[in-house]
Amino acid sequence: MITRRHVLIGASGAALVGCDKLHNSATFRDGLRVFEGLNMSAQRTLGLGQSLAREFREDQRSPTFRSNGTARPETPDYARLAAGGFADWRLRVDGLVARPLALTMAQVQASPGRTQITRHDCVEGWSAIGKWHGAVLGPILDAAGLRDEARYLVFHCMDRYGDRPYYESIDLVDAFHPQTILAYGLNDSFVPVENGAPLRLRVERQLGYKHAKYIERVEAVASLDGIYGGKGGFWEDVGDYEWYAGI
Amino acid sequence: MTSSDPIDPPAEAPSAPPPALVKRHRLSTRLWHWTNVVALFVMLMSGLMIFNAHPRLYWGHYGANSDYAWLEIGSDPEGGYLRVGETRIGTTGLAGQWTDGKGETQRRAFPGWATIPSSYDLAGARRWHLAFAWLFAFGLLFFMIRAFWNRHAQKELTPGLAELKPRHLWHEVKDHARLRFPKGEAALRYNTLQKISYFAVIFLLLPLIILSGLGMSPAMDANWPWIVDLLGGRQSARSVHFIVAFLLVGFIIVHLLMVLLAGPINEIRSMITGWYRVPQPKPPKEEQA
Repeated sequence: MITRRHVLIGASGAALVGCDKLHNSATFRDGLRVFEGLNMSAQRTLGLGQSLAREFREDQRSPTFRSNGTARPETPDYARLAAGGFADWRLRVDGLVARPLALTMAQVQASPGRTQITRHDCVEGWSAIGKWHGAVLGPILDAAGLRDEARYLVFHCMDRYGDRPYYESIDLVDAFHPQTILAYGLNDSFVPVENGAPLRLRVERQLGYKHAKYIERVEAVASLDGIYGGKGGFWEDVGDYEWYAGI
Repeated sequence: MTSSDPIDPPAEAPSAPPPALVKRHRLSTRLWHWTNVVALFVMLMSGLMIFNAHPRLYWGHYGANSDYAWLEIGSDPEGGYLRVGETRIGTTGLAGQWTDGKGETQRRAFPGWATIPSSYDLAGARRWHLAFAWLFAFGLLFFMIRAFWNRHAQKELTPGLAELKPRHLWHEVKDHARLRFPKGEAALRYNTLQKISYFAVIFLLLPLIILSGLGMSPAMDANWPWIVDLLGGRQSARSVHFIVAFLLVGFIIVHLLMVLLAGPINEIRSMITGWYRVPQPKPPKEEQA
């Protein structure tokens, strides 16, 4: 006997199967992707581009700052650099710049700095509050002299997933935001390896996967096409995560 | 008999009974209702998939694996469980540990039949959720503006002071528990319990689920810090979002039950075409003089 209950369950089951079908349709997913741009324009408009992320008090910090993703890059190069206390590490700033740079850690630390206690929000749902010390990205870009064609900054990282290097990218609105820093310190000590030593990006108004760890190179580019998978980041390329991660 | 036929009142009736067919729901109400059927279905199920990425809830600004979670769905050697505070409820087969369509044991929180997409895909679920959120939020906004404009909100959805008196409420609760549905004229108005439910859902729960959703966005927290201030932190916002989602599921279940009990064909037709057949107090034998 078919009861109303069966009809209801059948209807929702059919709707679910339909959703999976839609989900696998390239056209439908392209339609969903439109809303990523809408979210970005809406959030940028509301914040006038330069709203500040909340900063917390010392006593509001998480007791433990969770590490996620790579806990220790497994390349021989990284092991060698870490063993030497990152003395041989350089931050390269190149691409569409007038004066390519190769900065030592001492030079990064001598650049105009900022300390901020902010909340890190993972796309998975958890949050951790930590105190970051770092060089503000804007002055470093000014020192390198961004060329007019530059639209995005690509952060090349030293960790690998299989043979794919991790990378991330942001646009100039976030690059010149006063809280966007290249962090070398967490909670009053050097950034631990599991949190991205020697240098990680803090782009405070976006989700955790944008905060690239183990940075070795910042490249200014006009377009994200042709950079690795072309979608502007490791998770964007392999998992279809949003490039704009403000929500 | 059609709705426009003149009717003589039965001798014992104090006033004229309503015509047999009446226009019950406005176009704006009907459009919004069916928009929500789609939007809430998608938002709920994609939301359950997003929850699966980190099936723990916290209070306050921060919360991660080493912090205390007031709610958790997980699995241990005994099977799947839901833990609320210190209470562990076994949920093997339903949540935490379940068998997928291929007969394989899965250890995610919510099972595939309850999520969009049906297999684990956080990025995909976020795309559904954050796209349909626009439909859902603007639908609510347009309905609210329309309902205030045409006084639907004030006249039909807001309970009057007399209706909120305990004696009156108790009377309605008793009628309701006996499944006595109003007939005639009374069937055209929402009773107080309905008004309270609809009012609470439309003006409290739906705005709250939107606010708590926005409160999880790091960019919105920078733009509108008052949202997290109001809710007590981003992790509190996430908890509130989840709690309100389940209150809405409860509302939908009761709503569907009441539709079934009150006569599903008539109720569903009235929400599609607007026309509602009024349940008559007793079948009058000689209606027309």
